Formats: sequence, structure tokens, C-alpha cells
Amino acid sequence: MGEFVVHRVRFFDYMPSAIRAMAFNGSTQRLAVARGDGAVEIFNFADNYFQEKVIPGRSDRAIEALCWVRGRLFSAGLSGEIIEYDLEKLRPRYSVEAYGGPIWTISSNSQETLLGVGCEDGTVKMFEILEERIQFQRNLDRQKGRIISLSWHPSGAQIAAGMIDMIRIFDAETGKSTLKRSSQNRTAPKTHVVVWSVAFLSNDTVISGDSAGKVQIWDAVTGTLIRNHLITKWDVLGLAVSQDESSVIAGTSEGTVVQFQALASTMGQENNQWVRTRTFKNHTHDVRALVHTDTAVVSGGMDTQLVVRPLLDKVEKNTQESALRKILFPHKSLVCCARKAGLLLFQFPDHLELWRLGESRQAGDRLPVMKNPEKLIQLQNKGEDHICCSAVSPCGSWVAFSTVSSVRLYKLQLSNGNISIKKMLLRAFSAFLSFPGSSQPIHLLSASENGNWLAAANTDGQIHVFNLHKLKVSSYLFLHCTLPVYSSCPTAIAIHPTTGHLLSAHADQQIFEFSLKLKEYTAWSRSLQREGLHPLWLQRDTPITHIAFNRNKPAHVFLHDAFMFCIIDQSLPLPQARKKLYNQMDLKTISPQKRMQESHAFKICKMFQHLLSIHLLDDSSLVVVERPLADIVSQLPPPVRQKKFAT
Amino acid sequence: MVEHGDVRVVHKGGSKINFREPALSTDSRFLLCASGESVKVFSTATEECLHALQGHTDLITGVLLRPSNHLQAYSCSLDGTVRLWDFTDGILIRTYSIGYPIYGIYASAKHEGVIFIITPMHTDTNSELFQLVAVHLPQCGEQLVEAKELSAVLSNISSNPAASAFGREGQYIVSAKPLQLEVYFFKKHKSYSFFLKKDNQKGGKNTFTCITCHPTEDCIASGHEDGKIRLWRNFNHRKEYTYSTLHWHHSAVSSLRFTPEGTNLLSGGVESVLVQWRYNQESQRDFLPRLGGAITHISVSPDGALFCTSHSDNKITIIQSCVKVSAVIQGLVKGDRIRTDLMIEPRSKALVLNGKPGHLQFYSLQRDKLLYNLDIVQQEYIHESGLEQFEVVMAAFDASGSWLATVEERKQKAPELELNLKLWAFDDQKQSFVLNTTISAPHEGRITALCFPHVSDGQTTMLVSTSRDGHFKAWQLAAPAHTEDEGPSWSCDFLGAYHSLVPECCCFSADSSLLAVGFQEVVTVWTPASWELLTTLSQPPGAVRDLCFGRLSCSKYLLGATTSRLLCCWNLLTCSLEWVTSMDVSLLLADPLSENMAAFCFEAGSTDLFVFKPGEPRPLFSHKALCSGRVTHAVFVPREVMLESCDEASQWLNCSHLYFLTQSMDLLTFITKAEEDKLTASSKQLVVSDDVAMTPFHLLLGKHRDQLENPQAESRLSVEPIRQPSSSAGINELLQMPAHVLPSASFLCSMFVQSLLISVNKPSEQNKEKEEEMESEKEEEDSDGEMESRISRPEHMPSGESGCAAPALTKEEVRELRRLKKLDHSWMKGLLD
Repeated sequence: MGEFVVHRVRFFDYMPSAIRAMAFNGSTQRLAVARGDGAVEIFNFADNYFQEKVIPGRSDRAIEALCWVRGRLFSAGLSGEIIEYDLEKLRPRYSVEAYGGPIWTISSNSQETLLGVGCEDGTVKMFEILEERIQFQRNLDRQKGRIISLSWHPSGAQIAAGMIDMIRIFDAETGKSTLKRSSQNRTAPKTHVVVWSVAFLSNDTVISGDSAGKVQIWDAVTGTLIRNHLITKWDVLGLAVSQDESSVIAGTSEGTVVQFQALASTMGQENNQWVRTRTFKNHTHDVRALVHTDTAVVSGGMDTQLVVRPLLDKVEKNTQESALRKILFPHKSLVCCARKAGLLLFQFPDHLELWRLGESRQAGDRLPVMKNPEKLIQLQNKGEDHICCSAVSPCGSWVAFSTVSSVRLYKLQLSNGNISIKKMLLRAFSAFLSFPGSSQPIHLLSASENGNWLAAANTDGQIHVFNLHKLKVSSYLFLHCTLPVYSSCPTAIAIHPTTGHLLSAHADQQIFEFSLKLKEYTAWSRSLQREGLHPLWLQRDTPITHIAFNRNKPAHVFLHDAFMFCIIDQSLPLPQARKKLYNQMDLKTISPQKRMQESHAFKICKMFQHLLSIHLLDDSSLVVVERPLADIVSQLPPPVRQKKFAT
Repeated sequence: MVEHGDVRVVHKGGSKINFREPALSTDSRFLLCASGESVKVFSTATEECLHALQGHTDLITGVLLRPSNHLQAYSCSLDGTVRLWDFTDGILIRTYSIGYPIYGIYASAKHEGVIFIITPMHTDTNSELFQLVAVHLPQCGEQLVEAKELSAVLSNISSNPAASAFGREGQYIVSAKPLQLEVYFFKKHKSYSFFLKKDNQKGGKNTFTCITCHPTEDCIASGHEDGKIRLWRNFNHRKEYTYSTLHWHHSAVSSLRFTPEGTNLLSGGVESVLVQWRYNQESQRDFLPRLGGAITHISVSPDGALFCTSHSDNKITIIQSCVKVSAVIQGLVKGDRIRTDLMIEPRSKALVLNGKPGHLQFYSLQRDKLLYNLDIVQQEYIHESGLEQFEVVMAAFDASGSWLATVEERKQKAPELELNLKLWAFDDQKQSFVLNTTISAPHEGRITALCFPHVSDGQTTMLVSTSRDGHFKAWQLAAPAHTEDEGPSWSCDFLGAYHSLVPECCCFSADSSLLAVGFQEVVTVWTPASWELLTTLSQPPGAVRDLCFGRLSCSKYLLGATTSRLLCCWNLLTCSLEWVTSMDVSLLLADPLSENMAAFCFEAGSTDLFVFKPGEPRPLFSHKALCSGRVTHAVFVPREVMLESCDEASQWLNCSHLYFLTQSMDLLTFITKAEEDKLTASSKQLVVSDDVAMTPFHLLLGKHRDQLENPQAESRLSVEPIRQPSSSAGINELLQMPAHVLPSASFLCSMFVQSLLISVNKPSEQNKEKEEEMESEKEEEDSDGEMESRISRPEHMPSGESGCAAPALTKEEVRELRRLKKLDHSWMKGLLD
């Protein structure tokens, strides 16, 4: 495996944004997550929870609610507009002003013909969903006070609205308010109770969660309170109902998610009661958004983590499916490295930072920093749009980034302390966004070191390799070959500098090697598929986000995910399933001859945690960019105060 | 050696009442609780023990109301029997012999004629595995029935009865093993198991401690080691079962109960707080704090009116359903160790020992009831571990019970020992001990022994204390130096030492003319009158650990036990060693009412008992392997009624009981076969043959009806317990007239009340005269004393009869006349009318 000088970089102040809203599309198994900075992320639950798409946010966009309608994604926010997103071009398709002030909630009926939005001015506005756009249809009876939450009856005939101090039920046909239930706080009548969330069930039951910490179950026909569960001293912020309406989850300000189940109080009878059952505590802050899938509870909130907690009564025990997942970091690299110049480019939503690495001359286990790392440039993006992606050239003299609307290129000149930056005009930018035969966006690009090849992958799993050499001649992108489509989405691709093999890592943790010369999978890749990967390798829950190669040792491949980095030595035998995968510590203790027998191709290092990126510089030193979780937590606002026992 | 065939070691008096969950009767009037080898029936209103259900011959392990008859109760015991009782009358109805030791009992209304018991899986006694067995009770009228139809239901369960419970309507039974919940459905013959992980990362311990089921819904509540309560639902699915968690207790939940309607869940633990959770509204809780000791069991009466909690300090608290304590039944408090000896208070014959911290408890063994606690330290006790606080370490009574000496000590560090010697005088008015003298730092070292002389005339004025500082001190009750002082107090009279050796023990002879003090290897004998050293006795090697003078005819002997495993007997007349025998005596005790002495010897891990007379070579009684561990506390308790057993082996028990405390803090005693037979015979007697409740009204009317039927029989009764109202016509009128012709109730009422009053015809002189007579009578016939107190005075004295008859008659005739005079002659008046 060898020894490396490691630059342990912890000065990337990456701060993920809080999760504000979530919507799950059961038919496509896609979860849409809206963050506080206006970005929308799409996770594919069918493909190892891979974050396939990110629609970058805008600084003036505050999303309050998301809604899927037949694969179309709508959002509404405090700007008062309803936005439909173009999931192929990863940008808003159009926005419609609702003219009702800030929008707090959006919800479509189960027939998916109408979209209801709740506005600040107390109106519920109905929009008809047409093929290409949405059209305002009508207003329901205007109420005093804002509409905080909405829920359609599955039949589509009624809609329940949570407001301040009350819940109203409207007839969707006539728009008349049929029922009004005051959910005022009886113990402290002066304070207002905000009904943060309502859920309308098909058996005419309305479940509400409010700022008094109560989950209340109402009969929608008579308007009587059936049951009252006080679950927190603070707010109940969100509710989610399972598809079969047998389970409801509620998220609270304390960071807990409480499950309620409709259970028969005596066996074999149909008198179901809503009983509080489990409590999940996976968050430290407000749980703002909740989704109840068939097998899991998905929650997100102020502490920026997306938590997938499988329900153990719905999945097989002790399988990969039953493991808790926390998605902390984006599934793409935000760090780019100029490996010749020793520069790092960090991408933030609204600016870029270019840093020069520190230096050290001594030898030993711990190297003291002789020269501190230095921030060279902070490139601020102009305009409201956030940065999609960025890159720095290996020599460190070119920096490029793009937003939804533009691509910018800068030339840097670093000469003994003087830094000059010059914006370059992109003469002819030929935008091609998709491969023929697929409309899905390209999310990965990788050029070979010699500049001959360009590999591109889209979220359909297609990988195309283009010949750049011919571009110089003909200014036309020439398709060299297309890789066989694998079912799982590629998470990282790279072309080997010497052998010209294309290595791809996929969301289901598979690795393929494709020879560009022969246009077929290499022998190593075939043997890997034949023997299969080690079970422990397949159980990891973060995707590989970067692949790098060592020029001096062509057989070595560098991979990393958020919790480990690995060097695959292609010359060594593959690990057997029954052997130990993490055997680095064991190998140190045994004799050299035995070590040869025991060692296998996967050499895994877990020394660095919460990895954002690993790069290999040209002087054979490693750059490891870490973002410890404690640093993120320390930047969060303080959580609500909770009484802890014995304090 | 004498066989001990008919003398048995039993739990009698002062036994644990918190061992198993008590049962409350359906009407909440009675509390049934397993206490040693008997079931005690307490009144929940008055806290009094009404009667004890005797009959089991080993520890009782469960009490349960019979589901099909709420006036009957089952009890099970380690002796392998299940007994059915009529607990209101205290009658043993039936005994079912099972043949295996039983550790717990369950029954359900749905399972008619079947009880469920916990027995060991294997017949060897120290088996760790237990099973739940269904026993079909044979239906026949015999007293002793052998139940043979056994079928195992669940195997490998916990022996703790709290770890299993019947579910709704007896449809299923739930049993908790350390980390597994097993639910067995009777109808489907199918069981489901649910597992918990051993510990979670947050330090929770998931081990089950107790379990209970909701009475009307399918919900199981389980308590856990880390204080969590889980409510399990949907447990008829292997996978879709679910549970919710409640957490208030900070350490193990020891008991859980649902109220009969299922609206509340009660839980308790070490915190000694009863927590009441609203079912389905678990965020609402009620607390009943400061119950005084860790809660070990909770039980709920079938009508839900009362709860009761058993506590680790041998106490049962009865709580009304509004979460208010209504009564406390306190047993003998047994902490983890006892510093004082077991003592008998000479006045009340109560057993005295350490009770609550800083207190002495006075416990009546006859009535099996805590009489009162005497606060010795008189400082607030702080409930926190690791604090050095004053402890009562020694106490002694004088022979008449008018003085009590106590020693309390607090040890912060070894050199700074704080000692107080307190002397308490019995106050006749307060009927309690009142502090007379406090001597702080009476000695420089720890006090090793405390002794009052046995003075028969009742005026004790001396106390001897020995200490590790090498001295013994005699304390004298002296008149106050200042005349204005109100009473005499105690002061030091004499300070004795012997060759700077450390005195370990002291003892007065039976007539208090001699004091023996053991100075390590040397026994010194002093005369208290002049404090002269009379003689020294020694039997090296080994220090003298225990000294004891013989009593009555053996008072010339002095016995000493040494650390070198010797028991020596010196004859004080000759000042020579009479005999010596080799045994490791841990405790030497003299019976105050006879010559007998008891020696508890520690031999090969267990204790043997020898009872002997110092003058005789052969022991009267010996019992090998009494219990494991050393016996360091024992006491002879004088009997109220002497036994007249002539059996050689049990003769020594004629005057006194011998109680002793084992290392596991069990108070045990000896019982003879004859005594046992008497007890069981009395319990078998039918107390009341009528099925009518014995209300005062019934007594009034029922007796009257009997009289009308056979007045002759009535006249033959020697003792008439209830006085007959003089004019029962009023009552007859009241009851036999049709209601519509009756006069107004106010008129009837005054008539009725008047008919109950005793008409006083004679002026007070006659009463006085009669009282004198009664007193003289008492002197004449002592044995009749008890009866007389119950006899009511006749209101119609044939006047002049006693006056003219008295001078001429003989004593027997007088007695006969008096007997006749006491008879009720009111029936005569009725006839005459």
C-alpha cells in the first residue's frame, strides 16, 4: 500500500443547509428534499438512496412545501410563487404567482387533478394541473388568519386546513367551509396554537399536530376530539401517514419522531385505536419534514441530516435494508484539486475559495505545519443563482464554475505572491445536455489526463466516452464508445492515465473497469464480477464519490466514500467472502511470508472520517479533506432546551 | 444425643410480609398476605391482623383469591401443597397435594378448576430451571386431595411470580425471561417469543423485571432493569408486534399493575414512589412519593377501591384509589444487619432490636405486630449512602423493665469515635421510655458489653459497661447534687481494670452478688457491693468471648466460651473448672426462667444448637445444621402459658420460646409437635356455622329467636355472652307488624332505643357492694378471671338473696350461688308477663 505524506485538510467550512420540506413519490421511489437555501435534491430510494439530482437554489427562494404530481415536482414558498421543476435540465421550468402572499403549504388531491395551496391571506387556492402548466381555478372561502397546512381527503371531495387555533374542513366542490374545530390551548388560552400539520384519512379521521405539542385525532364528520396525545413540551412540526393509513408519524422540535399505530385493542376485532408506539430520536434539532414510506420513516430537519429509519416490523431483520441510514454529505465532490500546483478549490453555494496547501519539511509520524495553508482567492458569484459545479485545472491556472444560467472561466496567475485573475470570455459554448435516446441529465464528467478522452455519465446509468483528440480537428464531439448500461447509477468515473481503462463505481457499490482500447470490460473487471465483492464492502452505506490513480504504481486505484478510503491493488488476489476485509492491522502482526498470502486487493483505511474528498498530488502526497460532524453541529443554532434527568 | 423428631424450626412471628404480593379481597375489606408459614388476614380499615391461616409446613410462596368464589383463597407453599381457605372465617377447606415445591400460583376465571403453578423443572432442589404447570384440581369432598393431573404449559421460566401473568380473560399467559417475552395462547396452543437486545448503546439494560397484562385490552406492560416500562401490542404477530416505551423510574421497575378497569397503570421501584400512569394518556402521571422504602409488590383490589404496596422494609401500605395512603401494616423491620442484640422488654414482653435507622423497635411476637419505635438518636437521618451517622449499637434492659440503657456511636475516623450512653426511664404515665441521662463519651474506646444486675426487688441502681479502652465502669443512679434538680440521674461509680487487658464481656450472677468480667484470657469475678476482686479464672489459650452464669439450681456455675473453640464451665464454689468441651460457640444464652442454656456452635459452614443444663453431662436437645452461617443473635422469650410437655426432647421449650436470627435475617423459632397439633386443630374448627353475617342486629334477634324456641336450653347455658334486652316486645312489634299500620319512625325509634337501655333499678350502693364481691372473687378463682370480664351484670338482682344466704353457706355454695346470680333471668320476666 505504501506510505504517503498526508495533508489533513479541515479548513473547508462546508455547511449543509437545513431540510425544510420533503415529498416522496412512491411509484418512482424518488424522494425530493428541499433545503433552506432553496436547493432541491432528488434521492433514488430504489438505488441505495443515491442522490441523483441536485437543483441548485437561489438566494431569494425559500421553499416551504413540495409536492409530486405524476413525476412532476412542484414547490411553493414564502415568495408566493408555485414553481414546477424541470427534472431533466435541473432548473425551474416555470413559476406561477398565486397572489395570496407567502404560501405555507401545497398539496394535490389523490386524483392528481388539482393542486391546493394555503396562503398567508387565509385563502386556499385551487390550481388545475394541465399537461404543461398549472392554471388557477378558484378560491375556497377566505378565512381569517393564514393557512398553515392542508390535507386532502383521499376521495378528493374534502380538504382539511390547519390554521392558527383551528382546523377547517372545506368542501372541495363548493369551496364552503363545512366544519370548524377550535384546537385552542385550554390551559393557556392567551397563547395561540399553530396547527402545523394535518392529515385527512379515508375513514373521515383528521389527525393534527400543533404547537402545543399535541397530536389530536378528530372525527371529521362530527368534529369531536377522539383522542389527545401530548407528545412534547414544544411543537409538533410535521405529520406523515403511511400508504395503508395504519401508521402515523409525528416530528417534534425536540428532534424526536413519534409513531402512532392504529391497533385493535382486542384481538380479532375491528375497533382500531390510535396508540402511541415507538419513539425515534435521531435528530438533535427540529424535525421539519417527514415521509412515511412503506418500510421506513424518513426524517429531516434543522440539523441538516436526512435519516432513513427502517421499520423493523416491515423489513427483514439484520439485513442491509434494516440498517439505519444517515445522509450527511452530498453524493458529489465539492472539492477540486490542482494536483500539480497543490491548490484546492472549495465550492460553496454562492462563492468559491481557492486555497494553497500548507507545507512541512520534517519527517516522522506527525509533521508540524511549517507554512500555514493560505486562502488565495474567494470568487463571489454574481446574481441570485447558486453555483452548480466548479473545477480547477491541474496546473492551477484555470478556474471554472457554472450556475443554472451561465458558465464562467477565469485565468489565474500566481507569480511570487501576486495573484491576478482574469475572466475569460467563452467564445462558443456548445451546450449539449443529454445523450441521444435519454433525456436524463449528465451528472459526471471525467477527462483523461492526456486530454484525449472524455467520459460522461447520466443518471440513467449510461456512460459515454468521447474522443477529444478529434475535437481539436473538427470542433465536433466524436463519440468513441458507449459502455453497457448497468442498473445502478454511476457515482464516480475516471480514466486511467497510463492504461486507458475507464473505472466506474456505482451506487450499489459495484466497480467496473472498461478498456477504451478494446471497448470491452477488462479481465480484472470480469474476475471481480465472477468472484463477487466482499459482503462488508457491499454493506457500506455511502457511495464512492471520487476515483484517482497513482502514476508511479499503475496497478493502484484510489477510492473513497464518506467513512473510509481504499486503495485497490489490481495485482493482488481479490478477497474471499469469508476472509476479513479490514485486515490491515492483522497484517502488521504476522510474518512477511504469511503477509503475502493473507493480503488481498482491497486495502482500506478508516483513519479519516467524514471525508469530503481525497486527492493524490503529483509529489505523491495525499490531500484528505475532512469535515468533522462536531464542526457542523457547533454552527447550528442551539436546540430547544430539554430537561435531562439528574441535571 | 437426643433426637429432635418432634421439634421443628419454623418461621413464626416477625416474618416477612413483603415476600410475595398480597391479595386484596373483592370487597376490599381484607388483605391476605403470605407471612412465613401462615397466611395472615388483615383488616384494611384497622390494620389489625384478624387471624392467621395456619397449616402449611414450609414457606408460603403465593396467595391468590379463588376466581370462582370470592370468599375463598388459594395459597401455595414450598411444602408442595396448595390449600384452599375460607379466609373470612379462617377455615382450611381443602388441601391439594402436588408433590413438588411450588414457587408461585396463578388462576384465571376462564380456566375453571385449573390452577397454574411454578415448579422446578427437575426434582433436585437446587435446580435453576422452572416451569409453569397447569394443575387440574379434582372435584371431591375430601380434605386432602392429591392432584395428579399435571401438564406443563411453559418451560424454562423465571421463578419470580411477577415475571408471568395472565392476559385478557385468560386467553393467553405471558412470561418474561431475562431478555425474552413469551406469549402462549391457550386456544391456538401457540406461543410467540419476542427478544430484546441485552444492552443498548445508551446504557439501557433491557432485562425484564416484571410483567402485567391489561384486563380488557390486548396490551402487555413489562418493566425493565433500567426503569423503562414497555407496553406491547399486536403480539399475536411474529413480526408486526410493536411496543411503546415509558420512562420515569431511574432504576429497575419492580412491580407493575393495571387497575381493574384498565384505566391506570401503577408502577413502583426503588425510588419508593408509586407512579400512576393514565392508560393511553401516558404523559399524564400521578405520583405518591415518600412511601418510606423500595416498593417490591403492588396489588390492586378487584373492585379497584384500594391499592396496596409492599415495601422492602417489611411494610404494606394500603392506598386508596385517589392515591392517598390510608393504612400502614408494619412488620418486623429487618435491615441488612442488626447491631444490637435481640432483647425482650420485661414489661410488655416485646422483642426489641434495631429498627428504622436510629430507632429501637418494640415488636410483639405474640400479636406479631410492631408496637412502636423509640427514637434513640433523636437526629434526622439523611437517606444517602456513604454518610457516617449515629447508629444504635447496643441496648440493655434491667430485670424489671424500668430502665433502658443504649449506646450509640458514630465513626467518622477510627480515632474520633463519637459515643453516647443514654439511660432511659420507663414513664408509667406516658407508657414509654423517657430519656433520663445522656453520658457523652462514657469510654475512650468502643463499648463491648453492657449489663444490668438481676435485682428482684425492682430497684435497679447499677449498670456495668466494658470497653476497648481497658476499663469497665459501674454507673450508679444517684440523687441529684443540686436540690432543685427534679430527679435522680446516673453517674460513674467505679472504674475497674485488670492488668491493662481489654474486657470483652461481662455478666451478673443470678442473685447479682457477683460480676464476672472477661479480660481476654482471664475471667475476673468481682463483688459489686464492695468492688473487690474475688477471684480470677482462666483457661488459656484463647480469649473469653462469652460469659454466662447459670440460673436457679445451677447458679453456682459460670460458663465461658473462648475463641480457641472451648466451652468451659467453672464451679464458683470451688473456683475450679468443672468441665470443658471443645466446640466453636458463637453465642451462649441462658434461659431466664429455667436452668437451661443454649449454645449455638458454628461447625463446617452451618450452625448447630445444643441446649443443656450446666450441671448435667448430657445435652437436653441438639439440632445439627440449623441453618447456614453463624447465628449471632438469639433470645429466650418467656411463654405466656407454660407448656406441660413431659417429652424429654421438648421439655426445654416449656418455659420459653427460643428465637434466633440467621445470617439471611430470617427470624426462626422452634415449635413442638403438640403445639403444632393444637394450632392446626383450632384452625380446623368451624367458628360460625350460620351463613348469616354476624351483625349486631343478628345477634340481637337471632339469639332471641333461639330463646323462644327452647328456653330450657338457654337456662342451662353457664355463660351468657350477650345481655338480653329486657323488653323484646318492642322489637317484635317493630318487625312483625305490617309496615302500613306502624306508627311513625321517630316514635318507634325512641321505643326501640329504650328497649336496649339497661334499666338501673338499684341505687349505686348495691353496685359498690357488687364490685367488692367481684374483687374477692378474683382472688378466689383465678382461672375464671377471663370469663368474668365478659359477663355482663344482671340487672334484676333478687334483692336480699345474697344478704341472707351469705353467713351460713360454705365456700362452694357461695360460689355456686354467685354463678347463678350471674345468669340472665330476664326470660323469667318475659314468662311472668
